[in-house]
Amino acid sequence: MKERKTIPMAVRYLMNIILVAAFLTALNLLVVNKTLSTYNAKVLMLVGVNVILAVSLNVATGYLGQLPLGHAGFMAVGAYASAIFTKNFDGRLPDEVNFVLGLVLAAVLAFGVGVLIGIPALRLQGDYLAILTLGFGEIIRITLNNIDNVLGFKLTYGAAGLKNIPKYTSVLNAFVWVAVCCYVIHTMMKSRHGRAILAIRENEIAADSCGIQTTYYKVLGFAVSAAFAGVAGGLYAGYLGVLNPGNFGFMKSIEILVMVVLGGMGSMLGSVLSATVLTVLPEALRSFSEYRMVVYALALVLMMIFKPSGLLGQYDFSLSRLVEKLINGELFQKKSKTEKEGE
Amino acid sequence: MSNFFSQLINGLQLGSIYALVALGYSMVYGIILLLNFAHGDIIMIGAYTSWIVMAKMGLPPVAAIFATVIVCTLLGVFIEKVAYTPLRSAPRISLLITAIGISYFLEYGAQLIWGASAQVIPSYYNVAPISIGGVKISFTAILTIAVSVVSMIALALLVQKTKVGKAMRAVSEDTGAAQLMGINVNATISFTFAIGSALAGIGSVLYCCQYAQATPTMGSMLGLKAFVAAVLGGIGSIPGAMVGGFAIGIAECFVSAIGLSVWKDAVVFAILIVVLLVKPAGLLGRQLQEKV
Repeated sequence: MKERKTIPMAVRYLMNIILVAAFLTALNLLVVNKTLSTYNAKVLMLVGVNVILAVSLNVATGYLGQLPLGHAGFMAVGAYASAIFTKNFDGRLPDEVNFVLGLVLAAVLAFGVGVLIGIPALRLQGDYLAILTLGFGEIIRITLNNIDNVLGFKLTYGAAGLKNIPKYTSVLNAFVWVAVCCYVIHTMMKSRHGRAILAIRENEIAADSCGIQTTYYKVLGFAVSAAFAGVAGGLYAGYLGVLNPGNFGFMKSIEILVMVVLGGMGSMLGSVLSATVLTVLPEALRSFSEYRMVVYALALVLMMIFKPSGLLGQYDFSLSRLVEKLINGELFQKKSKTEKEGE
Repeated sequence: MSNFFSQLINGLQLGSIYALVALGYSMVYGIILLLNFAHGDIIMIGAYTSWIVMAKMGLPPVAAIFATVIVCTLLGVFIEKVAYTPLRSAPRISLLITAIGISYFLEYGAQLIWGASAQVIPSYYNVAPISIGGVKISFTAILTIAVSVVSMIALALLVQKTKVGKAMRAVSEDTGAAQLMGINVNATISFTFAIGSALAGIGSVLYCCQYAQATPTMGSMLGLKAFVAAVLGGIGSIPGAMVGGFAIGIAECFVSAIGLSVWKDAVVFAILIVVLLVKPAGLLGRQLQEKV
């Protein structure tokens, strides 16, 4: 049998970097040249935020196999952390530095809260974990709503809303963060840590008996998921300019979950695609908006009954795999069983 | 002291509604291990039924009560047949997501049909409050507590003393073995949903006696708290649901009474978290050993 040509790792990286850079430049050009209206640019920013949310929840749901229902809580932590930080340092630090520091702070705080919540929550399984994270999410929201009354000084401005947050988020930096988030999660999942997380999803007892520290890796996966939700929250704060704890209710968590489930739990491409579609579609069909949630709910139920693995299942796109197939002339051949790749 | 006593009565009243709803969660969870998120929304549909029968059709309250209980029962069974039966052998996570989907479908469907604003339900009866030892107790409170206690005793008798109850216990113990013994598993599960939803219907009427309005999202927080009550008492256990319901109701009323009403939901969830961490099987639940 003929030796199969493969691409060296360095070239693979280069290819992907070029592709991502080209994509970002193209997006930026579209915005700078005003090919896209301001409104469309806003929708694109929201797409970026939602993609990060979906991809990060996918770590906990798809890869770790748990069902957290408090993702909006982590988003709220990140949003408020970055909003309060950037608001206080606005003008005292260069905008870019302020923005990046705000997001890093958001990620770190959300990671911390993720660890704090993850350690007790991940002792439980399935439904109990779902309801516990839901409880934590609600507690975060209620706390943000009422903390000013307790502490006595103005921090979150409660239900009145935190206003005048510097609007740093742009299409370019939103998508740079999307790329960073996808890269970090992708490389993590391809590393031994990611494999350990997948092993826990497949069979926790077996993973445990193979010497994987299940608690450590479950909390790690959960906290990474939370950290990127925090980044998404920070971007969201810089996009809206106004925050209200009501934005981060149980409802929002469900919306993110719907994106992950419809795209396919365990598929990053699926999360990206469904987050994009589910953000753009309601905007495109404004007159349809009152039916939106009914259709979401129906889609969720029908998907679970007819294709529980989601649109893409666990399939993920890989540029280098595609190119490899191309240079080996396998692209249009039918796959025989022996050649079929693992993923 | 009289303030303490009246708060206690308030707590018992709220708690008995939670307990009735919690029983539905508990029974369904006990038999198919499903956290039925749509259970709270059945209460919401019940409230709208009362509203339609009394305010729109102008029928007497008795008709509304019967209609509410019947509609809730049928809706519960219908949901089970349409959404949960096809997923009997699917992973638990799919079942849970389906339940969330159904819940949202009901909520937003109701919003689409009846609008997001509250509909006022006419009062079912008009009886003056009763005064005991200087404390005024509303008739609604007495009725609510009495009806729930009677329903729970009836349910306990049904589960412990009748043939259907025996079948329900058998199916929740071991579905496969129950089927081999000639128990009709599908019928038993449907019956469980019917009983749970009928209790939700009764809960709906009692809830509307106190808070006489129907909104599309009224069921979600009520349902969540009832679930917390079920978990607190020990899921799958009937006395557990009662104890949990009363505990949550009383806790909520006392937190409100000391002026922290904005934190009451947070307190309920905090209680849940502590209980789950300290005693995951709940106060009266059985600790099950996990099979490898």
